[in-house]
Amino acid sequence: MTEPTENRRVYMDHQATTPVDPRVLDAMLPYFTEKFGNAASRSHAWGWEAEKAVDDARQRLAAAIGAKPREIVFTSGSTESDNLAILGVARMYRERGRHLVTCATEHKAVLDPMKSLERDGFEVTVLGVDRRGRLDLDELRAALRDDTILVSVMHANNEIGTIHPIAEIGRICKEKGVLFHTDATQTLGKEPIDVEEMGVDLLSANAHKVYGPKGVGLLYRRRRRPRVRLEPLQYGGGHEFGLRSGTLDVPGIVGFAAAVDLALAERETERARIAALRDRLQERLTSALTHVHVNGDPEARLACNLNVSFEFVEGESLLMGLEGIAVSSGSACTSASLEPSYVLHALGVGDALAHSSIRFSLGRWNTEEEVDYVAERTIEAVQRLRELSPLYEMAMEGIDLESIQWDAH
Amino acid sequence: MVYSEKVIDHYKNPRNVGSLPKDAPDVGTGVVGAPECGDVMKLQIRVEDGVIVDARFKTFGCGSAIASSSLATEWLKGRTVEEAQQIRNVDIVEELALPPVKIHCSVLAEDAIKQALADFRRKQGEGPEAAAPEAGNGEEAER
Ligand SMILES: Cc1ncc(COP(=O)(O)O)c(C=O)c1O
Repeated sequence: MTEPTENRRVYMDHQATTPVDPRVLDAMLPYFTEKFGNAASRSHAWGWEAEKAVDDARQRLAAAIGAKPREIVFTSGSTESDNLAILGVARMYRERGRHLVTCATEHKAVLDPMKSLERDGFEVTVLGVDRRGRLDLDELRAALRDDTILVSVMHANNEIGTIHPIAEIGRICKEKGVLFHTDATQTLGKEPIDVEEMGVDLLSANAHKVYGPKGVGLLYRRRRRPRVRLEPLQYGGGHEFGLRSGTLDVPGIVGFAAAVDLALAERETERARIAALRDRLQERLTSALTHVHVNGDPEARLACNLNVSFEFVEGESLLMGLEGIAVSSGSACTSASLEPSYVLHALGVGDALAHSSIRFSLGRWNTEEEVDYVAERTIEAVQRLRELSPLYEMAMEGIDLESIQWDAH
Repeated sequence: MVYSEKVIDHYKNPRNVGSLPKDAPDVGTGVVGAPECGDVMKLQIRVEDGVIVDARFKTFGCGSAIASSSLATEWLKGRTVEEAQQIRNVDIVEELALPPVKIHCSVLAEDAIKQALADFRRKQGEGPEAAAPEAGNGEEAER
């Protein structure tokens, strides 16, 4: 507390959320005050102004993913978009089939609606992944049945950053005539997205992971070849083509479009810059410390993501040692549940290593100097905690921790 | 997670970190928890004339687990074996102001104390078996 360096703050949790870019905020501000109209008010200039702003944003966001404006449905975020896609398809097509396919490492916003469908008489196949978080495409192909109505596989994973081969999955689904949904929350503005090239029928994304505001997202819904029909989750004024009733969040939508425009303008240079920072961080940590495991796919990985397990050190205690630095842990103790990360579990990472994992996720304003600082603090904290760790002591004595029968609580 | 000042203090300045020779007849060792569960505590005591003259710990676990075991070593030092037996997890919860989700850390610390005491007694020929526990194998000591 006394050393000034201890109070230094560094944010490296951009896969959780990002700050709003000041340029995005500038674009939004007029829509809170002078341009506050309801986009559904057809009878006056305030309404027309708001409607025009929404149409304009819809068009830019559609273009960003290779879609048509009328295929964009604004929502409150990716959780809602995932729910609308999955529950909406299931409820609309339930007479055609009751089988859905997804992947074990999906976000809970996909897995939980799937679970609710299971309670409702649907059958869900959850595909496993390999050590890098990759699906086996043959297994996916084999999982598709005549009564399969939807496949949902995310574009990139939020914990480990593994990028799935969406275009290949899209082709497989198309061959079998099965609708395909992807959660692209982690890739919009970061990785190339084209719903045509990728053969995607439904796509979820939000603004707050791309330096836009929280509480706004979109669902892309294909209108032609095939026309995807959805049963809405909520009913009311019939906004958003009848799929999502409720007065639109005009400033949020304007901010969303502005944020994606900015991200796309600098996508390639920014991706390279962030990947270089991430590689530097990884290099620093793995060269200074032994028993460090990088989780995820070393190749098909989001540029911003670094998920590492520091063996013999528990994640939450490490976070405590990184006071002032924002990162997240796959350890149970940081979340409400007592289970360690189900994503790492699906990769076959043992629970002990899952408890030892930290996710660093880099972003727009992180610098090389910050990376060096975070690396240094992390190395210090890991070394200190290993001195405190009975597991490290045993491992150094040559005891095989696997051979011990622990007294599990 | 918001930590109490006492937890932070023990985390930053852990008391009595280290190890005692586990095979020594005057040392009792308790190892509890499991790496898969995210906590392992090793707690050791050295006893002279029925009084705990030294206590050491090493803990793999969250800040509250580290603090609970660090506090336990502080409380153990200077107590008799009988007095040590009286330490309860609720006392640790209260002293460190642990939130409900962290109560298991205090339970683990109490278990570690109990195991260390049992191990010591066994070595003194009071227990069912005189063998020292396997390194790191807390369960062994309980059998
Ligand atoms: C992959 C993924 N899907 C869904 C969500 C939920 O998004 P939102 O916060 O917009 O509901 C997130 C973010 O937490 C995410 O990373």
